[in-house]
Amino acid sequence: MKVVIEQVGKCYQGSDGQIITALSDIDLTIHSEEFVVLVGPSGCGKSTLLTMVGGLLSPSSGTIYVEGLESDRDPVVGMVFQEIGLFPWRTVVQNIAFGLEETKLTKGEIANRVRYYIELVGLQGFENSLPRQLSGGMRQRVGIARALAIQPDLLLMDEPFSALDAQTRTLMQEELLKLWTATRLSTLYVTHNIEEAVYLADRVVVLSRRPGKIIDVISIDLPREGRDADACVTQFKNYASQIWQLIRKDAEEAIREGETA
Amino acid sequence: MNAMYRRAVVNRLAFIDTKLPGWVSTLSLIGLIVLWEIVCRASSVPELYLPSPSAILVTGWDMIDSGELLINAKASMYRIGWGFVIGSIAGIVLGLATGFFRLAEAVGNPIVHALYPIPKIALLPLIILWLGIGELSKVTIISLGVFFPVIINTYSGVKNVDPLLIKAAVAFRASRLSIIRKVILPGALPVIFAGLKLAAGTSLLLLVAAEMIAAKEGIGAMILHYGDLMLTTKLMVGVLALSLLGIAFNYSLNWLEKQLISW
Repeated sequence: MKVVIEQVGKCYQGSDGQIITALSDIDLTIHSEEFVVLVGPSGCGKSTLLTMVGGLLSPSSGTIYVEGLESDRDPVVGMVFQEIGLFPWRTVVQNIAFGLEETKLTKGEIANRVRYYIELVGLQGFENSLPRQLSGGMRQRVGIARALAIQPDLLLMDEPFSALDAQTRTLMQEELLKLWTATRLSTLYVTHNIEEAVYLADRVVVLSRRPGKIIDVISIDLPREGRDADACVTQFKNYASQIWQLIRKDAEEAIREGETA
Repeated sequence: MNAMYRRAVVNRLAFIDTKLPGWVSTLSLIGLIVLWEIVCRASSVPELYLPSPSAILVTGWDMIDSGELLINAKASMYRIGWGFVIGSIAGIVLGLATGFFRLAEAVGNPIVHALYPIPKIALLPLIILWLGIGELSKVTIISLGVFFPVIINTYSGVKNVDPLLIKAAVAFRASRLSIIRKVILPGALPVIFAGLKLAAGTSLLLLVAAEMIAAKEGIGAMILHYGDLMLTTKLMVGVLALSLLGIAFNYSLNWLEKQLISW
């Protein structure tokens, strides 16, 4: 299955009545089993684009569609949020089961599926913990397991690790890569961290700011595993600095305008 | 050459962490009762104006023994129990509806805000006219008094549910009903309980008022009766019973809140 984003734009009405163009002329295809990362400075509309792909926001112009489903149904989309969005009153098991409860699976099937994904993300022993009892990294594991458990056609991740400390973040990136290699889901991943983008992506889509437009699409021609190894270090740095040069000016502008989102 | 001073760094925030043993609070209550007893015994305040705690206790025991207190308490608890349950269920259900559905909000909110400021006791004569002088009118007036704080709190509780959680629920294809049941209701529960506690006070007030206006049995009626007879000690037994009822009520709500909101 592939996702096609065609001529998509998004405008907001600002508080002073002005029309703000958040995104314009976005053309992008996420192919089957492809890991696409959106990078861009603050306020470039990358999260907005991801939210529209997830069907939680309508584009002002253009269309988004999926192609190549084996039957005429809505695509199953798994979402992972920056603020994680676990239900605080649900245990780990119940949080992971949330999406499954909305399907036709029986209780037994749900329990088996949840057990499988708990093991996959390494949450054994925390099955009955509440979110507040977990560390940030553990919480996001639950968030990822919740998204994977519905066995989505498309995985959407909106800066999933940006609230984590640097060490946890590095470990979580490694684990995500392992999980992804095991599942090979079509994935759209949003981040403002360039190293993260180069580390994870098949293709990095670089967005500009105000209006958000695609400046460049960079295929990362490195082996999936071991991109942080010494053998790749030069190429890795080249990719990272190439992307940084593309967004540097916009990022500086974003700081001056005090933009945070 | 400067002199060498040495100063230890002390925790200037220590006063915030000061802990007192639990018996201090118990002692304050006992202290008040003892003081009251001493005032009654040492001075010549007649029992008509201020009966002593011991006299109230003895009289209270007699009234329990004769069954008088229990009959009245039972009548009151029946009214407040049904009134509270009906009013709070209606308030929670309609509060969820007005908070969640735009149409219900547009239609319901102006009505709620128009009726909310009316002191409910002012409606009692009208309700007696409609529903008669029996139990139904008393339960109804208590329900009404409970309904408004609960619906208003439930509504604002729904509005305060983290939008991210609703977004997550929708992203995982939750139906409208699932969103209400699994996200909105638990998310609003803390604020709903604030409303229920507020309503508990209102319901006691309306119970006593309604019983004083039109009832043969009930603690409110009993207090009024002994007030008319100038039997202050028996009147105070009624007041004490109400205070215990209120404490028990609050305690049960706190207990229920702990059971339901465990996260």
